[in-house]
Amino acid sequence: MAPEENTQLLIETLTSHREEFLAQWGAIVGEALQGRLSVAEMRRELGELYEAILQAIAAGGLDADGEAYGETRSLLIELSRNRARQGFTPTETATSVFALKAVLEPALTGEEHGTRTYLQFAKLLDGLALLTTEAYVRTREEIIASQAEQLLELSTPVVQLWKGVVGVPLVGTLDSARTQVVMEKLLQTLVDTDSTHAIIDITGVPTVDTQVAQHLLKTVVAARMMGAQCTISGIRPQIAQTIVALGIQFGDIQTNASLADALRQAVREVAKDAEDDVRGLL
Amino acid sequence: MTDRVPVLKIGEILLVSIQIDLEDEMVLDLQEDLSQKIVSAGAKGVVIDISALEIVDSFVGRMLATIASISRMLGAETVVVGMRPAVAMTLVELGLSLQGVRTALNLERGLKLLRRLSTAHSARP
Repeated sequence: MAPEENTQLLIETLTSHREEFLAQWGAIVGEALQGRLSVAEMRRELGELYEAILQAIAAGGLDADGEAYGETRSLLIELSRNRARQGFTPTETATSVFALKAVLEPALTGEEHGTRTYLQFAKLLDGLALLTTEAYVRTREEIIASQAEQLLELSTPVVQLWKGVVGVPLVGTLDSARTQVVMEKLLQTLVDTDSTHAIIDITGVPTVDTQVAQHLLKTVVAARMMGAQCTISGIRPQIAQTIVALGIQFGDIQTNASLADALRQAVREVAKDAEDDVRGLL
Repeated sequence: MTDRVPVLKIGEILLVSIQIDLEDEMVLDLQEDLSQKIVSAGAKGVVIDISALEIVDSFVGRMLATIASISRMLGAETVVVGMRPAVAMTLVELGLSLQGVRTALNLERGLKLLRRLSTAHSARP
C-alpha cells in the first residue's frame, strides 16, 4: 500500500467528518480541562489546529518535522505557552492533542488499510504532542528566569535612614551575584545621597559562612574606598558564635548587635562632623 | 613625551585632578612632580580627585597607596576623592583595599577632612 493512499484516505476522512470530529474533540478536551478555559476559546483553538493539520497533511504528508507543518507547530507552541501561563499541567496540554486520536479511531480502524493509516496519524500526533511539552517546559523556564531576576531586584533595597546615613537591610542568603547587585546599589546611593555612613543590616540573613562573610567584607571595603564608613549591624548571638568559631576576621570593621545602635552611632558621628564644620568656619 | 598631570596649589593644599585615563609613565611622573611640589610649597595636604577615572588598574591602585605614603613622610596627608562605584568594585575584585589611604566621597568632603586633620594636628601640644 502506497503512503499516498493513506494520506488520501486521511484527508477524505478528516474533511468529510469535520464538524462531527471537531465536536467530539472539543467534548473530550473540554472534559479534561474542566471548565478552566472558556468553551468558545477552546473550540476556536482546536478549529484552527484542525485546519492547520489538515492542510499540512495535504501539502506535506505525515512527517511532523516537515516544512508543511510550520504553521501547525507555531499554533501548538502558542497554545502550549498560553496553557503554561494559565497553570495547566503539561499532561493536560499534551492530552488535548492526543484526544484527536481517540476521535479518529472508530472511523478508521474498521479495516486493515484504515488501521495502518490510523497508526501513521497517531505517530504524527505523538510528534506534535511532544512539541507542546517542549514548548511548555521552555515557557516555564522563561517564567522562572524572569522571576529570579525580579526577586534579585526586590530583595535588595537601599534606603536613606538619615541625612548622610544609608541602610541596606539584607534578607536571604548572599551569593556572589547578589553581592554584586547590593554593592552596586549601595555605592551608587552613597554618591547620589552624598552619604558618609552606610549600615548593612544582616538580621534577615539566616546563616553566615565564610563565603557570605567574604562578600560582606568586600562590600564594606568598597564603600570605604569611596570614602564612606560602613557598619554591619543585626548580628544575632548565634551568628556571632558561628563567625568566631569559623575564625573569620572582621578586622577593624565596626559591628553592632542592633540596627538601632548602629544608627545612633552613625547619626552621632554625622552630627559631630557637622559641628566640626561649623567650628572650622568660625 | 606623555602628558603630565597638573598639580595645583590652593593655600596649604595641593590639588591633583586626574582627567584622563592614566598610563604607567604618567603615574610615575606624577609621583615625582608631587613629591617635589609638596616640599617646595610646604603643603600640609594633598587631594587626588579621580572622579573622571573610569578605569583604575592594580598598578594605579598601588601607586595611589605609594603616593599617600610618600606625602605622609613629607608631612602632608593625602585624601583620594570621588572614586566611582564601578572603580571601587573593580579594585575590591582585584583584592586591593587601598589600606592606609584616606578617602572621601567628593572634593568638598575631602577638603573638610583635611581641614579637620590639620586642626587636630595643631591642637596637639
